Amino acid sequence: MTRSTLVMLALAAGMFALAPWMINAAPNEATMGLVYKIYFFHMPSAWMFMVAAIASGIASARFLFLKRPSADGWALAAGELAVLFGAFTLVTGPLWARKAWGVWWVWDARLTSSLMLFMIFVAYLLLRKYGGPGSDKLGAGMALFGMANVPFIYVSVNYWRTFHPLTSVVPTLPVEMGIPLWYCVTAFTLLFIVLLRMRARLEHQRARVEALYLLEDES
Amino acid sequence: MRLRSLLLCGCLIAMPIAATAAQPPPSGDFVPVDETLPGEQIPALPLIATAYGFIWVVLLGYVWTIGRRLQKVESELAALESRGK
Repeated sequence: MTRSTLVMLALAAGMFALAPWMINAAPNEATMGLVYKIYFFHMPSAWMFMVAAIASGIASARFLFLKRPSADGWALAAGELAVLFGAFTLVTGPLWARKAWGVWWVWDARLTSSLMLFMIFVAYLLLRKYGGPGSDKLGAGMALFGMANVPFIYVSVNYWRTFHPLTSVVPTLPVEMGIPLWYCVTAFTLLFIVLLRMRARLEHQRARVEALYLLEDES
Repeated sequence: MRLRSLLLCGCLIAMPIAATAAQPPPSGDFVPVDETLPGEQIPALPLIATAYGFIWVVLLGYVWTIGRRLQKVESELAALESRGK
């Protein structure tokens, strides 16, 4: 690990350690009460889920159309993070919904399309692990398809009837709720950058090892 | 023939709608109450603890696995590079 990665990791860990105090200081919400505090980790997870899907799609496009081999490492790293943050979103959301809506899950456009995106990236990782030769290009196509799903997920709450909070909630939050939210968004963004760098480095080092083995076999 | 098929399709579609509309009003088996019954409230704290706990545990596990995998690959790389010199 590089020094800058370690510093960023320590900073993210420190921010996560302080997050419970920040969230505890936020007031309860009038209709949902205490349970809405899941939002402070649920919303940043969902944002990072979508950012990871976009990052994987962009890196895959660079790999496919510009023939940059290193971009494949970035695409795989971002794809794995999409699954990680997608799992956070899809676990914390139902826990919140159970109390706020009275049910764990509803098949509305937002939840269903989020589940679809998660499954696309799970399939992407399975393809990359077990797909054999050529799975990098097939996977890149899948990641592009996943990225195309993101704008639909984002606007879905505004166009289809749902219980889910609308996109207008974030800019209209009162300051005492907004401060802990943006603190958590910053912590999650930092964590996302650190994890992406670490995971991409792992993939690039693996490529170097493979290249060295090939070189040994040839000589 | 075509007209008869269309009429048949129309009847098939209209029948369930007409049946639903003809249903009597609810008989009153379920009686609504305004207040929440004691013991029916879902406690929020276990849900919040599960949500935050899940994220913390999975994150720590993920960082640990990346660190371990990275260490393994970098030691393999160092060994290969020293062998090549």
